[in-house]
This record gives sequence, structure tokens and C-alpha cells, in this order.
Amino acid sequence: MKKMKLVMVGNGMAGVRTLEELLKLESGIYDITVFGAEPYPNYNRIMLSPVLAGEQGINDIILNDLDWYKDNHITLHMNKKVVRIDRLKKIVYAEDGTEAEYDRLLLATGSMPFILPVPGNDLDGVIGYRDIQDTNAMIDAAAKYKHAVVIGGGLLGLEAANGLALRGMDVTVVHLMPWLMERQLDRASAQMLQSSLEAKGLKFLLEMNTQELVGDASGRVQAIRFKGGTEIPADLVVMAVGIRPNTALAESAGIHCNRGIVVNDTMQTFDPSIYAVGECVSHRGTAYGLVAPLFDMARVCANHLARMGIARYQGSVTSTKLKVTGIDLFSAGDFTGNDTTDEILMHDAAGGVYKKLVLKDDKLVGAVMYGDTRDGAWYFQMIRDGRNVADIRGHLMFGQSHLGNAGHQGQDSAAAMPDDMEVCGCNGVSKGSIVKAIKEKGLFTLDDVRKHTKASASCGSCTGLCEQILASTVGGAYAPQASKVKTLCGCTELTHEEVRKAIVDEKLLTIPQAMQFLNWSTPNGCASCRPALNYYLLCAWPREAKNDPQSRFINERAHGNIQKDGTFSVVPRMHGGITTPEQLRRIADVADKYQVRTVKVTGGQRIDLFGIRKEDLPKVWEDLGMSSGYAYGKSLRTVKTCVGSEWCRFGVQDSTQMGIDLEYALDRMWTPHKFKLAVSGCPRNCAESGIKDVGIIGVDSGWEIYVGGNGGIKTEVAQFLVKVKTKEEVMEYVLAFTQLYREEARYLDRTVHYIERVGLDYIRQQVVENATRRKELRERLLFALQDEKDPWAKENVNLGEFAPLSI
Amino acid sequence: MGSWQRIIELEAIPQQGSRVLKTGKGDIALFRTADDQVFALHDKCPHKGGPLSQGIVFEHTVVCPLHSWKIKLENGEAVAPDVGCAGKLVTKLEAGVVFLQI
Repeated sequence: MKKMKLVMVGNGMAGVRTLEELLKLESGIYDITVFGAEPYPNYNRIMLSPVLAGEQGINDIILNDLDWYKDNHITLHMNKKVVRIDRLKKIVYAEDGTEAEYDRLLLATGSMPFILPVPGNDLDGVIGYRDIQDTNAMIDAAAKYKHAVVIGGGLLGLEAANGLALRGMDVTVVHLMPWLMERQLDRASAQMLQSSLEAKGLKFLLEMNTQELVGDASGRVQAIRFKGGTEIPADLVVMAVGIRPNTALAESAGIHCNRGIVVNDTMQTFDPSIYAVGECVSHRGTAYGLVAPLFDMARVCANHLARMGIARYQGSVTSTKLKVTGIDLFSAGDFTGNDTTDEILMHDAAGGVYKKLVLKDDKLVGAVMYGDTRDGAWYFQMIRDGRNVADIRGHLMFGQSHLGNAGHQGQDSAAAMPDDMEVCGCNGVSKGSIVKAIKEKGLFTLDDVRKHTKASASCGSCTGLCEQILASTVGGAYAPQASKVKTLCGCTELTHEEVRKAIVDEKLLTIPQAMQFLNWSTPNGCASCRPALNYYLLCAWPREAKNDPQSRFINERAHGNIQKDGTFSVVPRMHGGITTPEQLRRIADVADKYQVRTVKVTGGQRIDLFGIRKEDLPKVWEDLGMSSGYAYGKSLRTVKTCVGSEWCRFGVQDSTQMGIDLEYALDRMWTPHKFKLAVSGCPRNCAESGIKDVGIIGVDSGWEIYVGGNGGIKTEVAQFLVKVKTKEEVMEYVLAFTQLYREEARYLDRTVHYIERVGLDYIRQQVVENATRRKELRERLLFALQDEKDPWAKENVNLGEFAPLSI
Repeated sequence: MGSWQRIIELEAIPQQGSRVLKTGKGDIALFRTADDQVFALHDKCPHKGGPLSQGIVFEHTVVCPLHSWKIKLENGEAVAPDVGCAGKLVTKLEAGVVFLQI
């Protein structure tokens, strides 16, 4: 088939990101030609401020070098401005006469700085702040001249002012409005910002209206004059009063524009062969000037250019972070509020901390933070998700990160960390090396950071810190994915929920069947989606869906826990942590026979035998004569118990027996992630029920059930769900909650993450308030577990998995 | 250049799975992909020596079970940004039987 021709006008971040997304989906259908007006390949525009501030060079911020275009067979015309589109013949013409035919045209012409219509705005030394050329002009001016005036106290203006001051200029920021960054900050936070910037040497003139720029004899600006007649010296004037979508080309071709090239939700203009993305676009009446929305648009546009035709862009909530070293500021959503909103406010002027949260109908709609922005990403996520926060309203202001995160010396504020401090304790990555990678490799997402630095790629406890570092380095370009739209993996555009729904509705029973029905974009999925799909199938259709061992992590395939030297560890089931002398003798015999180097008692009250070779596992299991303890899987791990009323002088309930019964009931259960229980016989809580997925505490009058605790990566205290009277009720409620978690949590989400997403109120409705639902959930779990076989029993072992080959 | 050694029938290796061949010079991982091609690598991840044979296989890639490095089956090279090579061996498939050059 003859290839179609795709021509892109504008070689900036939004356009090139669209091409990257397109090449990921479909590399073969287009011959691609790109026109760029600048003499550079695609560079990271948001890093111009660090370049201006002298923290980075131009070469550090190139995102796609010339080889990238060559490797992807893209014809690149740099330094050529397209001046005409012939929509009838489908040809674009550049200023120098270069022309290109297209089948699809992508406009990514970006925006232009708005230049105030005042006399003298064309003098030498008056510039906007938009591209490398402007940045170089500022750097040159800083070397020669003394007085700089920046008109505009918004994000860009302040970054420009900061950079010029760092280069030794005497900088005054002139702003028409009564406070700085009025579109991102309220008055109180703006005043705190202003004081900090004043302490860095910047001067401010607020509510000043520029009347004229005054030139000298050579035609260079020398002063700025305001309405009312005052005047200050200015050898350089930077206009940063806003941007205008660059629509001149589109308008000249008769494409409908209205403060931007008007596009629909598929990024298509009024001419169906022509698409547009980026700052030149007007979508549902909004033009965006931050990077994060542009990337969303790019993804959608690429999807349609690749003729998949399923993605829609529905607008973005944006957030702002000022990239000025030493200033910690964040805002997102609608932070001004009105009659229909409430606000929660914290203002510690002496401590330099200000936080405002705006809520509407128990949902967070906006946030402004100054001085302490560590929870910015968390708030932003909730704004995007539209999560009901009624259940956490009381401590919403105090953020998420006030509790036990391990691995980085208790530090939970990235801004306060020195560059050489370790952020990721698993992989030994310092703050400085993360910042360096973000800047030099052009990283925008947490996934990028994980891939390139390994930080937060193992246990994930430093994820919050990495998010903060990313946000403060790239500013508004960082936007955490709304968790509602989190796709299952790179192999599909579908969310976990959409995939699960299809599995249930269409009765999909195998992984290939599911991938085919759901139009997976890869032939056999990947190491992320296959284990998830396998679990979703088994959970939805117990005893009917086909388990695929090759789509499971090795631990669940070999029914042991792989260790660093490739050997396995073996943990037999001991219900409730109770064992017998006879079992212990057998365990000791096995340890001797197989020369087990380490015998360890685990945190979950079990015995772990280390250093077993894979080929020995079936024999070890047979010699033990005990069933699998599932210490290796996304499964029921253990029910930890205290000794309880049978022996303990304080015990009021028989916690041990309760634990044994629960462990028998839930044995051999697969779950989205590991699943741990504990039962204590009195409120002294010796079994540590407060940090378990399900924790039960016996009291004199019955049992309290807690859910969503976690003792691992991040310590989370379990939340109270319900109090019941009898052991039968404990069983019913626990089974119902467990099944709800199994059916609704995303693969690899612990109970704490699941509850955080849906809210404890919802869990209560389903499990406590709705008796019918509770009984149905319990029944479904019992049905699923009814015929589960012990994977260690001889008749269930697939010897081919374990036997090595020899020649 | 070694000689061809008959190892095992293709059917005895699960699709998207592997078998381990024990040799005097260390373990060799034999992989069978979904498209029924066979690849052989030294069973040691270039990162920290993890047994690649135990990893999840998709397309022509295996993910090391220890720290999730992705290794290309065709040449044993780690997928960027990781760098390293597990070392490949030459295989052939004849009439449903896997041969290895050692």
C-alpha cells in the first residue's frame, strides 16, 4: 500500500510528542515531513528558564536530536516558516518556496508572546520570552547592560526576572494587577512569594500601567514610562504579559479559529484532513499554555492519526509550579472559590507556610500551597479524580505524607533535601542525580524517572519525593495521571475497570481471548498486563477461566519465593501460627536432608526454609507433608494471632481459634496483591491488627474489624469498619470485604490503595449496611475457593516446571 | 565454533516459557516464544546474575525475576536505559527438535 503523507507545521514539544506517540502506535502508514521555523530540532521549552539562569546549556535541553528524525525517516525542514496552505490541492508552502503535499496536515504552530501595543515596543532591547533566540538575547543583554524591566508578574515573567537577576542585572518586575501570578495564586500566597523574591534582590512595581517605552539616539530602549508620568531606566524590556495562540497560518487558509484553532475532542479542525495540537489550539473554548495538557492532546491526536479512532480529549485540569530555586509554590484547579465552595485554610506567616484547599460538595476543586508543597501531587490527583473527600476531610489539610515512610531518613519534603541526599534507598539514587536526569534526558513522567534513574522503581516508598522533585524541576509540565483513567499498561488504552467489565460481561476465559476481544496493541502483552489479566480472569470466572502459569511471576509458578541466588524459600502453612512437635520434627528433618542454610521464623509467625534448589522443591514438599503457605504470592499470606483467652490472663476472646478458622476459610485464595490478617484477643493488640489488610481485635462484648492497614513500605493504620458480636459474623464480614477487594481492586493495589480510591464510606455501604450484598459477596468467595487444590500436593505438581535438562 | 547438540523436543518447552540446561560451564536458559521460536542465553542476568530462565517471556524479551531488567532474547542485550549483555548461544529447530551449538 502506498504510504500517506503526513506534514507537520511547527517543530515544538506538542507536535513532536504527537509524532512520538504515533510512531509508538503505528510506524508504517505515513511518510512524515516536519517544518520548523526555528533553526533547532525539538527542544524542551520549559527548560529555557534554567538556561537563562545559567544552570543549563542549550544542548542539554534538546529533546529530539537530528538523528532521531533520521532514524524515524522524518524529513525535517528547519528554519523554514510555512506561509501558505492550499487546502484544495493539499500542499503547504514555506517562505523559501519549499513545498510539501499532504494527506493529513498537523498544525502545531504554538503561540506567540503578546507584545503590548505601546509606543516604543519595536525598539532594540524589547523582546518577548518564548524561544532560544529570546533567551540568547537576554543572556547577551545581561552581559552588557544593567537595568532590566520585566513586564508581567506571571509565571514566565518571574522566571525571566529571576534568571536575569542571577546573571547580575538589576531587575524590576512591572505588573498591572494588585498581586503577582493572580491567575495561579490568591493574594496571601502571592505576597509571601513577593517577599521571598524581594529577598533575592528583585524589585516590584504593582498596579502600574505602561504608557511608553523610551528609546535613545541609537534606537535602543533606555527607559519605561508609566501612566502618571513616572519613569525608570530600562536597557532591556522583557514582555511576559501572556501568550496568543499562533493562528495566522490557519486563518489565512480559512480554517475556523476563535482565539485559537478550533478543534473537537479528536483534535480535528473544521477541515477533516487537518489536525491541530498544542498552544495554537482552542478546545471547548480553552487555550492551554502549559505542557501537561499538550501531552494529553498529543496522545489523542496520535490515536486518530494512527486510525485507531478511540481516544478523546476532554480538557485538562492544570497545575502550576514556579521553577525558581528555593521557592516552593504550587497551585491547581479552581483555588479562588465562590459562594458555592468552602475553603480550608492554614496560614503560618512566620513559618512561611500557606495552604488553601477549596472544596465543593465534599470534593476538592482547587489548592494553593506556598512554602510546603509536598502534598501537591496528592491534592492534584484528588482534584482530577473528583474523589469524594467526606471521609478524610478532617485531616485533608495535613496531607498524606505525615506517616511512616521508610528508606529516606524520614525526609518527606524534597525541597529541603540537599542534592547528595539519598532519595531512593533501594537503588541508591540521590536527589541530584534525579534532577540531572530530568533536565538532561527531558523526562516528564514518573515512569520516565523510574526507567532512567531506577528511583522509586523498586519498593516505591520514595514515589512522593520523586513526584515532588519532578514537579519542581519541570513545573506545570508534570501532571500525575488521574487515577480513574489509569490504563492497565502500555498494551491497551483501556482502564483496569473497563478490562474487568468486559471479562465479566463477555465471559472471557483465556488471556488470548481477552486480548483479542479488547484489541490489545501487542501480540502477547507484556510482563505487566499478563499477570493482571490472569488474575482478573480467575477472579471473574473461578473454576472456568484458564490459569496461565507463564503469565505468572516465577514465585507463583514454582510456589516458592525466589531469592537473590536463584534458590527458593519454602514456608509451609501453619494455620493461625499454631504448629505441633510432629510438624517441627518433619521440618527439622527436611532442613537436615536438604542442607537448608537458614531456618527463620517470619514476621507472620511461620517457619521459612532458605536455599532450596528449584529442582528439589517437589521432593521437599513431599517430605514435609504440609500444604503450601502461599508466602510467595498475591494471595492470602498468614493470619497472625496472639495467644488469646485460652492462656492469656488479659485475653477476652479466643483469638487463636478465630485466626485458625479464618486461615482455613481463606486458604489458597488469590488476591490483587498480598493479603494479611491478624487477630488479637484484647485491645492490647499483640498480633498487631492495626497494620494488616484485615485486623480483628477481640473485646469483651465481641469483635472489632479493621481494614486497610499496612506495615510495609508505608506504614498505614487500619481503619475501623464494624463491630460484631459473634465469630460467625466475623467470618461473614471478613469474607465479604475480602471478596469486594478481590473483585474491585486493581491488580497490585493493596487494600489501603483500594480503600483510598473508593473511600471507606463505600466499603461500609457494601459490606456493613447492605446485608444482601454482604451475603452475596461471601457466597461468591466460598464458591471460588471451594475446589482450590494445594499446589504442593504431589498430584498437582507439574514436574516439567522443575526438572532441569542435561545433554 | 562448537558442534550441534540435540537438546529436547520443542513441545517440552512451554510457549512463552523456558527450560534450564545444566552444563559444566553453567546453566543455559532455553526459551520458546509465542511464535514458536527458540532462543538460548546464559542463565545469568547481566545486572545481578538473576536466573533469566525464571522470568516472564513476552514477544522476544524476557524480564529478569530479580529486578525486572528486560533482556532481548535475540542477542542477550538489556533493553535501554539498562546496559549489559547476558550472552547468547546459537539454536536451531529441526523437525520439532531443538538443537544448540556448544
